[in-house]
Amino acid sequence: MVKKAFAFTLILGMGLLFYQLYRQRSTSTDLNKTARYYVENGPKETGSANVVTSVVVTYRGLDTLGEVTILFVAASIIGFFLKNQRNRKLEGAPGETSELLHTGSVFLVPLIFLLGVYVFVNGHLSPGGGFQGGAIIASGTVLLFLADPSIGAGRGVIHVLESFSGMLYVGLAVAGLFLAGGFLDNRIMPLGHFGTLLSAGAIPVIYSLIGLKVGAELSSILYALKDAKE
Amino acid sequence: MTHIALAGGALLILIGVWGMLTKKNIIRIIIGFSLFDTGLHVVLVGLGHLKNRTAPIIDSDLPREAAASRVVDPVPQAIVLTAIVIGLAVTAVLLAFALKLYQSRKTLDISELREGNND
Amino acid sequence: MLLALLAILIVVMLAAAVLALEHGKLLIGVIAAGLVSLIASVIYVILAAPDVAMTEAAIGSGLSTIMFLYVISRLKGDTHG
Repeated sequence: MVKKAFAFTLILGMGLLFYQLYRQRSTSTDLNKTARYYVENGPKETGSANVVTSVVVTYRGLDTLGEVTILFVAASIIGFFLKNQRNRKLEGAPGETSELLHTGSVFLVPLIFLLGVYVFVNGHLSPGGGFQGGAIIASGTVLLFLADPSIGAGRGVIHVLESFSGMLYVGLAVAGLFLAGGFLDNRIMPLGHFGTLLSAGAIPVIYSLIGLKVGAELSSILYALKDAKE
Repeated sequence: MTHIALAGGALLILIGVWGMLTKKNIIRIIIGFSLFDTGLHVVLVGLGHLKNRTAPIIDSDLPREAAASRVVDPVPQAIVLTAIVIGLAVTAVLLAFALKLYQSRKTLDISELREGNND
Repeated sequence: MLLALLAILIVVMLAAAVLALEHGKLLIGVIAAGLVSLIASVIYVILAAPDVAMTEAAIGSGLSTIMFLYVISRLKGDTHG
């Protein structure tokens, strides 16, 4: 009871703090300086129609690299904690899932993967990008796991894909250091015609690699959690 | 419109913190954390929103020259984009820890998980 | 009009958040937490952030809920409280 009262007091304090912050916030109706720079110069400098993509991949690209690293570390920790745990009940019994799920997944999984690829390849033109596409690909992998619990061959592919895309991502970032203005500069490739698929320099390539890496990492996290024993 | 979103996000943060502080079951605490996370994202996106403006994507309806006076702030959106993925990774690590704890102690009630109570 | 929709969405979202923490069954709590994320993604669309909305819909309400369900399916009988 004392604990609940303490928690309640803390919540009340936090609420007051939020209210004070809310009262002191600036009520500007215009963009601030940084945002204005990104919106005015982003499409011209990077060739990306989606300003959020140009911020994520180019201007604040280093943050994205760090973020992908955190995701990799998290996937490694989970793999380490839950390793060598096989759910005996599910293993080696392919007939256990329903026929409907199995047949449906054969048709749906390629389409889901295709949607994911579409989302991250068009990241510089429309809403979407590597993170969204990667999450969609991981959802497709979950359906694959559900349809065939004994599946295990996919793990090698996942790990190869993850290492390959991660190394290529860093390689492209370093290439920007030598061929263009700096680390993660997207102008190592021609900017192309604004608003077409093959434009914005290296942004579609980098975002596709991020998409593959995020998809592979989320898939391996889900695989480890699925395989944990009771 | 921004005000309602900010208020809703802040209340969601408070609900999440309440859950993290008062719940006994570890899975509930993780749910509280995930609510806290979502509330934080709503507040950040709400702070970047400006009245009567559209999404920061240049197309035929939104010429490049007029963009600066017609789009919302793209920076909070970019931050939240990465924050959501990090949030999922942190939730996954928390869940893996909870699972490991359950496997060794056979309970998820934190009042039964005292230090030294290692049976 | 949009304002009223936003207000309704936020009220439902907060109600779902309380349900996620207070409902006796863990399974329903997890589903309610997924609902909170789903409503948040609609709120992002109203706040002119379609990129964030896509991420939240795919990750927050999709993969996150699946992860919780995987974990509570491993807890034998301890799905209350």
